[in-house]
Amino acid sequence: MQRARMIFQWLVATALVSFHRSATAETTGSLPNIFAPAATPARQIFGLSIFVFLITGAIFVVVAGLLTVAIFRFRSTNSGTTIEPPQIYGSTQVELAWTVVPVLIVAVLFLTTARIIFVIQDAPKPKKTLDVTVVGHQFWWEFRYPALGIVTANELHVPVSPVRAPQPTYLKLLSADVIHSFWVPQLAGKTDLIPNHENTMWIDPHKPGLYLGQCAQFCGSQHALMLLRVYVDTPSDFAAWVKNQQRIAVQDSQVAVGRRIFETEACMNCHRIAGTAATGTFGPDLTHLMSRSTIASGAVTNTPEHLRAWIKDPSHYKDGALMPAMQLDDQQLDQLTAYLATLK
Amino acid sequence: MSDLPMPIGETPEAAQGGIRSADWLEWLHGWIVTVDHKRLGILYILYSIFFLLVAGAEALFIRIQLAIPNNHFLTAQVYNRFFTMHGTTMVFLVGMPILFGFANYIVPLQIGARDMAFPRLNALSFWLTAFGGLLLYYSFLGGSGLYGVGNAPDVGWFAYAPLTARTFSPGNATDYWALALIVSGFGTLGTAVNIIATIFSMRCRGMTLMRMPLFTWLYLVVSGLTLVTITPLTAAQFMLLIDRYLGGHFFDTQAGGSALVWVHFFWIFGHPEVYVLVLPAFAIANEIIPVFSRKAIFGYPAMVAASVGIMFVSLGVWAHHMFTVGMTSVTNAFFVLSTMLVGIPTGIKIFNWIATIWGGRIRFSVAMLFCLGFLYQFLIAGLTGIMLAVAPLDWQLHNSYFVIAHFHYVLVGGIVFCIFAGLYYWYPKATGRMMSERLGRWHFWLFVIGFHITFDTMHFLGILGMPRSIYTYQPDRGWNTLNMIISVGGFIQAIAILIFAWNFIVSYFRGDEAGDDPWDAWTLEWTTSSPPPVYNFAVEPEVRSRRPLWDLKHPHDPDWEYEG
Repeated sequence: MQRARMIFQWLVATALVSFHRSATAETTGSLPNIFAPAATPARQIFGLSIFVFLITGAIFVVVAGLLTVAIFRFRSTNSGTTIEPPQIYGSTQVELAWTVVPVLIVAVLFLTTARIIFVIQDAPKPKKTLDVTVVGHQFWWEFRYPALGIVTANELHVPVSPVRAPQPTYLKLLSADVIHSFWVPQLAGKTDLIPNHENTMWIDPHKPGLYLGQCAQFCGSQHALMLLRVYVDTPSDFAAWVKNQQRIAVQDSQVAVGRRIFETEACMNCHRIAGTAATGTFGPDLTHLMSRSTIASGAVTNTPEHLRAWIKDPSHYKDGALMPAMQLDDQQLDQLTAYLATLK
Repeated sequence: MSDLPMPIGETPEAAQGGIRSADWLEWLHGWIVTVDHKRLGILYILYSIFFLLVAGAEALFIRIQLAIPNNHFLTAQVYNRFFTMHGTTMVFLVGMPILFGFANYIVPLQIGARDMAFPRLNALSFWLTAFGGLLLYYSFLGGSGLYGVGNAPDVGWFAYAPLTARTFSPGNATDYWALALIVSGFGTLGTAVNIIATIFSMRCRGMTLMRMPLFTWLYLVVSGLTLVTITPLTAAQFMLLIDRYLGGHFFDTQAGGSALVWVHFFWIFGHPEVYVLVLPAFAIANEIIPVFSRKAIFGYPAMVAASVGIMFVSLGVWAHHMFTVGMTSVTNAFFVLSTMLVGIPTGIKIFNWIATIWGGRIRFSVAMLFCLGFLYQFLIAGLTGIMLAVAPLDWQLHNSYFVIAHFHYVLVGGIVFCIFAGLYYWYPKATGRMMSERLGRWHFWLFVIGFHITFDTMHFLGILGMPRSIYTYQPDRGWNTLNMIISVGGFIQAIAILIFAWNFIVSYFRGDEAGDDPWDAWTLEWTTSSPPPVYNFAVEPEVRSRRPLWDLKHPHDPDWEYEG
């Protein structure tokens, strides 16, 4: 057993080292690591998890240590012997002791846990907050800012919330179809988006930056590509973003053909472009499509080439996405892509 | 055909003269119409091992797909079917049948009975379970899916509503899933009733409840728990089918139904189900650890009390699977407490096993090795369970690979290890031959190494934010290397399982003769021949203590002088 345990430890160490290497080599932005908290809920959970890891780690060391000692001390050295060891049937005092100690540990863990539950879940809502309604769809995210009149998709923009002047964002979580789950590990734990059942959660990111997450409840064939990006903006960046999102779409006469295709080939039945006849609500709002860095809920980066390939056949990137291929010819695809590329 | 194996469980006299070729059909017929608890037990176990290989193969496909990011080995649809079928198969067609197979074979022998209380109900239960499994797998061919081709269930093994509504899951795959679980669920209920009746009414003279072997005790507890837990699952499946075909709106959120009702029903079944699976594993460990430590189990009454305690507490913890659905803070706190309470009786059990080993003289047979592996791994599984019971931590780790790691530690590191221990331990009794200890050691060590490479690593992936049930992932999330390591571990486990399968088959023909009592054990099944005759015992045994064979082997130092 000892040799096996050393092998395990070696393996764990190797795994950890390679995990650090891969983490630094592969990433450009921040990783969705729950141990790199960047907002109060995630930070509270991180602190609690360290406490819990220490207690459970100590239990492991004691119990596994006892077990290992027992295995070594009492291994049979003489296989020929027929003499049985002394039979011991139990001991009330010993058994009472190892019942009481776990009871005490449970009491401590429970009280600590309960405190953090109340701190996060029942935190009083401050006056100055940003309210966003998040609607889960198969397989993308809709973000509505009722007070600002903004509707966007897949990339949530929130203002930074400095510790001294907090401006948390409150998310109202809804679903248009099945159960989804909103999870950005660095900001907070996950909360489900359930049809017919309103949930809320809050985040107060302390530092500007991009935070990655994704849907955490299996929601159908493309659950894996229901990715989530949260941009935490400085106050000035956020104000600029809001100002841009509140404009209606630009009308560029050079791409009028593409716009006509959009308005006649059923695109407008599902997508909205503010300031035009397109008012569909089944798919993402495209008014400021080019202000987003990804399409298809984060499946690919938002470049004209990807956009064209996506419109031509959505299943190319995301087999099972609910957007149909509209059977456009190459010229139409070019014109439509050119139009969409103006929606900054 | 004269070299056909002797039917297991027959008396040697019946098979004398060899089996003539005309008897081949008769032999098969005998197995199909059998009501002998030993034959049914063997059928259950063979059936489960078959599905273990099937669901294991599905797991390998899953691991090939996830080995590298943006892999196109499987499509999203096929991957979703495979993880749904892997989970459903392992729980309903491997875990439960194999554990009830052990009960079928061992319980009547341990209590000195000639058969189960209701032999024909026993046969019915097995065949219901078997046909449930066939129905589930027939969906690959017959469950017309979205494009009119064969389709298997692809809604995840806990099949959250409303994804299972016809709007979101057209075709028949989901119907096969629901019907298969209803059918096999009735089989399971039949077996549970049967085990309870057998234990309460068929014990031999002198075997009071507090003299029953712990194995039998735990099966009594498990069977009671099964009756309570399978029922809500079956009810929920009926509600689902009513929703899908009769215009019901239980879970139809678009008509005012509630998705959360399904979630509650499923986990009211689903959490006690974990204990339905793990208590039999404890049962096996309770037999093997004392025999190979050469000591009586430490604290028998406490072990019984802890088992019954786990049964009751486990009925009140289901919503710890639901910390993220938006329950109130008080409700969350309640389920934190109830969940952590399970840790107390479980802790008592682990301490008692260590105390049993302490002061013993350990023989490291393969069965014991698997039990020792179980003790370490179940300890870790329990501690990660405590972490997940901490609701705020669960908000992070729920549905992540940390959870996958945790429950595979329970189901593989705990239960599958005990199942293997049990197979090595009772194989000689059922076949009259020993399994190869040398191959067994290869099996054990490869399996341990593969298990830890795979499932230890998964904990880190969960902490790094990888959710479960995703068919692919982006290369920029820092998950690439860990996934590759996990996949390699999966294949090491597969090699170990193949060695086991080889050992299992070959030992039947070439294994050493076992004799009645190869392990020098203490319970009644080792008094009769290996394999036992159809009638089990020529004379009804009479017992005076928990270890009747100890009393027999040590007439000057019998147990009944010391048992309270």
